[in-house]
Amino acid sequence: MSHHIVEFKEVSFRYPDGTEALKGVNFRITHGESVGVVGANGAGKSTLLQHMNGYLMPTSGTITIGDLILTKKTRREIRKKVGIVFQNPDDQLFMPTVFDDVAFGPLNLGMDEASVRERVRKALGMVNSLALQDKPPHHLSCGQKSAVAIASVMAMEPDILAMDEPASNLDPRSRRSLITLLKTFKHSKIIASHDLDLILDVCQRCIVIGGGAVVADGPSAEILSDKAFLEENSLELPLSFQRRS
Amino acid sequence: MTFDEKYFDIGRLDRLSYRETCVHRLDPRAKVVATMLFLLTVISFPKYEIVALAPFFLYPVLLLTVGEIPVRFIIRKIIVVSPFAVFIGIFNPILDTRTAAVIFGVSLSAGWISFLSILLKFALTVSAALLLIATTSFSGVCHALRRLGFPALFVSQILFLYRYLFVLMEETMRIIRAREMRSFGSRGAGMKVFVRLIGILFLRTVDRAERIYYAMLSRGFQGDIPTLKRSRIVLPDLVFLSAMIAYLLIFRFFPVTEGIGRVAQELF
Repeated sequence: MSHHIVEFKEVSFRYPDGTEALKGVNFRITHGESVGVVGANGAGKSTLLQHMNGYLMPTSGTITIGDLILTKKTRREIRKKVGIVFQNPDDQLFMPTVFDDVAFGPLNLGMDEASVRERVRKALGMVNSLALQDKPPHHLSCGQKSAVAIASVMAMEPDILAMDEPASNLDPRSRRSLITLLKTFKHSKIIASHDLDLILDVCQRCIVIGGGAVVADGPSAEILSDKAFLEENSLELPLSFQRRS
Repeated sequence: MTFDEKYFDIGRLDRLSYRETCVHRLDPRAKVVATMLFLLTVISFPKYEIVALAPFFLYPVLLLTVGEIPVRFIIRKIIVVSPFAVFIGIFNPILDTRTAAVIFGVSLSAGWISFLSILLKFALTVSAALLLIATTSFSGVCHALRRLGFPALFVSQILFLYRYLFVLMEETMRIIRAREMRSFGSRGAGMKVFVRLIGILFLRTVDRAERIYYAMLSRGFQGDIPTLKRSRIVLPDLVFLSAMIAYLLIFRFFPVTEGIGRVAQELF
């Protein structure tokens, strides 16, 4: 299937203040792949993710999502295909109740009432949060907020799921259930994280970003076990490998 | 009162609206319309009116009792905002010195009467508004406003105000705590630092607003916040609304309290 492809070709991006965040990024992600994006703080991971649905437009280079090339015109279509989960769930949950929030996307897609309810039910069920639906987001715990944030994106049934630090606010058990959840999601997914064990668990492929460019791209098991290379990029061995050595 | 206490206090008003009483179950639209009619009626009284206002306390008192809202909590809230009303009316007794009545040999100027009238109207309107919020979820009020035809932009502004009020307060609380922890009992270098804190809070808010807008765009936002119909006007709502209208009309246009007074006078 061609419509789940993400392709970056020589993508560069410069912030208005002159900071060059991306310098010629190239990669191609095909249908059903799960890819981890790792790199030091400020390496450009978040900037990269923000390009995926056209919030930021590349200064040069092209991004292809499915069969659409990202332009100002195709942005809206692309946003239906790519669901992005943010690092801070408070930024993502902007409606007064959990139900309203999860229903926001489907309603914007112009769905009728019955199918919206069905979508919301399904999405909340997926993250085990059906009981929260009438609560206001400010009464949820961090873990619950993250779960609902994921549901709110899942309710749009995106072809491609992109996540920025999905596990950063979670306690170990919530993190584990997130990992299980991510494994059940069959579409392409792109996860930016410092949690290398999570990447190792969920993603077969790993892209290392350094100084705004791709410095390594290959199987996670291979890249994430190369101690010298990881340390060069301000990373370290995943804990599960450290124990072994 | 410290900042933390204030914060949890606001949360309390919000939590009151999650209760389940027959007042809470009424359709938000019915309550919004009833509250608006109530406010209009109270404000419509002439400025020297006191006696005729008294029966209007029946509505807030009924709501309080049936809705199981703690009285002292609401009274405290009214007192907190009362300076506004006091300052509006405080000069009336000085400027308007016509003698309006003589009670037990003490002459009472018209200014005092209008001042008292302002205070009564204030207490009535504010308590009605507070009780609306305490008995209706905020999102319920917003949906009601939207469905009653208020502009989308206006309604989404209040929705966001409500949603992010708590987030912003937490943010402020974190900043204030961080300052207190490193200022060792002193006031944390005073005004200069305080001004900077506000600046930082502002910048963070702008950043957050941008991220929220991004999140909204990511989920297909096109200018209006779509909502599902979730409630239907049923018989109890209509009964409530018509009873309310009857109550307001009777006490607005017939001097009921005066009548009771006359009857009492004749009896004794």
